[in-house]
Amino acid sequence: MNKTRIRVLVGKPGLDGHDRGAKVIARALRDAGMEVIYSGLHQTPEQLVEAAIQEDVDLIGVSVLSGAHMTIFPRIKELLKEQNAEDILLMGGGTIPEEDIVTLVEAGHAEALFTPGATTTEIVSWIRDRLEASKEVSV
Amino acid sequence: MNKELLDQWLARLFDRDRRATAKLISWVEDDVEREYIMRAVLKQTGQQMVVGITGPPGAGKSSLVEALTKLYRGKDERVGIVAVDPSSPYSGGAILGDRIRMQAHGTDRDVFIRSMGTRGHLGGVTRSTSDVLRILEGGGYGRLLLETVGVGQSELEIMQIADTVVVVLNPGTGDGIQAIKAGIMEVADVFVINKSDLPGSERMKNDIEMMLNLNCDGKAWRPPVVLTSVIDQNGLETLREKIEAHQLYMLESGQRDERRKERLRQEVWRHWKDRLQVTFENVWQVAQEKWGDLENGDSYELAGELWRRVLREDKWHE
Repeated sequence: MNKTRIRVLVGKPGLDGHDRGAKVIARALRDAGMEVIYSGLHQTPEQLVEAAIQEDVDLIGVSVLSGAHMTIFPRIKELLKEQNAEDILLMGGGTIPEEDIVTLVEAGHAEALFTPGATTTEIVSWIRDRLEASKEVSV
Repeated sequence: MNKELLDQWLARLFDRDRRATAKLISWVEDDVEREYIMRAVLKQTGQQMVVGITGPPGAGKSSLVEALTKLYRGKDERVGIVAVDPSSPYSGGAILGDRIRMQAHGTDRDVFIRSMGTRGHLGGVTRSTSDVLRILEGGGYGRLLLETVGVGQSELEIMQIADTVVVVLNPGTGDGIQAIKAGIMEVADVFVINKSDLPGSERMKNDIEMMLNLNCDGKAWRPPVVLTSVIDQNGLETLREKIEAHQLYMLESGQRDERRKERLRQEVWRHWKDRLQVTFENVWQVAQEKWGDLENGDSYELAGELWRRVLREDKWHE
């Protein structure tokens, strides 16, 4: 009876207050049967990582529209590492230029980044593919 | 799962490791080694009382939890919070948004907030809520707060978990008849009229007090009615004091032990129910195979016929 449910923290770090995108994603993940913890606006990376640990999520998804992605993603990864929580994956979305995506993903600052136009189906199946194999026995 | 490994996680829990606390909660929620984990946890916990906060959606439960947490932190108490939100009956997914109102303690390591989806469980809490609270206690959180889903009139399972039940209402949401109805109004140990900056709060207080005049004749504890406003930061310390007073009453009157005994029975009942549920699912599977050509007749008739086919008993009703 190992029917572990996928848990995701959807977060809005930094100062931009546009959370329509984050809410659409949260809804889509809910409809895909996941438990989504929504952080609310204006989170610091510290708050997000602490929430991710307490909620024991499999994945953090952050929405960044402010241009601060080059700071925020590495910082979250760094904090996860400090907390020995590197098994929590980091996904993001927002207005992020292509070359920055390559830089961030290649440096391991995020597992995947999606830009405007990405469908929710795409995002849901990325999460499923990535997690479902590892969810079987997760010790 | 390997028991040695599990024991290590349990040891880390009792060492107040937050990662271990979080992981063990997930396993218990997911029924992974639940009994093994809980037997270890329950041996070392059960001392701390649980304050349950319940009330309709939007009444301000999360905001009050945050406000109380702030007061408890001022007294250097470590606070463990379980906040329940509904799961979708369609997808089983959930949006758990109670943390949004609890930002102030976002990086305070002496506060542990865990959000839970109901996962099909009715009654305002989840199947594993009381176990999760005990895991938090095991992780060193002495002040335990439980926030239920937004409830209607009859989600009352909180009374089986909490030692003190706080019912949160808002002004202008019902007249004197609402106040004398059965259900949620009967289980409160403390009433809160939150958003008391809005008009109608005094009137609502009167309605509740009148209900209490009828109910509490000769009872040792009369639930206080506290007006609070989180926006104006009014009444919060009073609320904390009333909760404290109720806990003291529970201890001194011996009520706490009474409730504890009752709770133990309830929990045993629930374990039986879970166990029998599995048996039931198996029998139901068999019944599906024997369904065959059953289609004519009403549901009672079909249920009886199926019963005879599966259990080979004539008796469907006594």
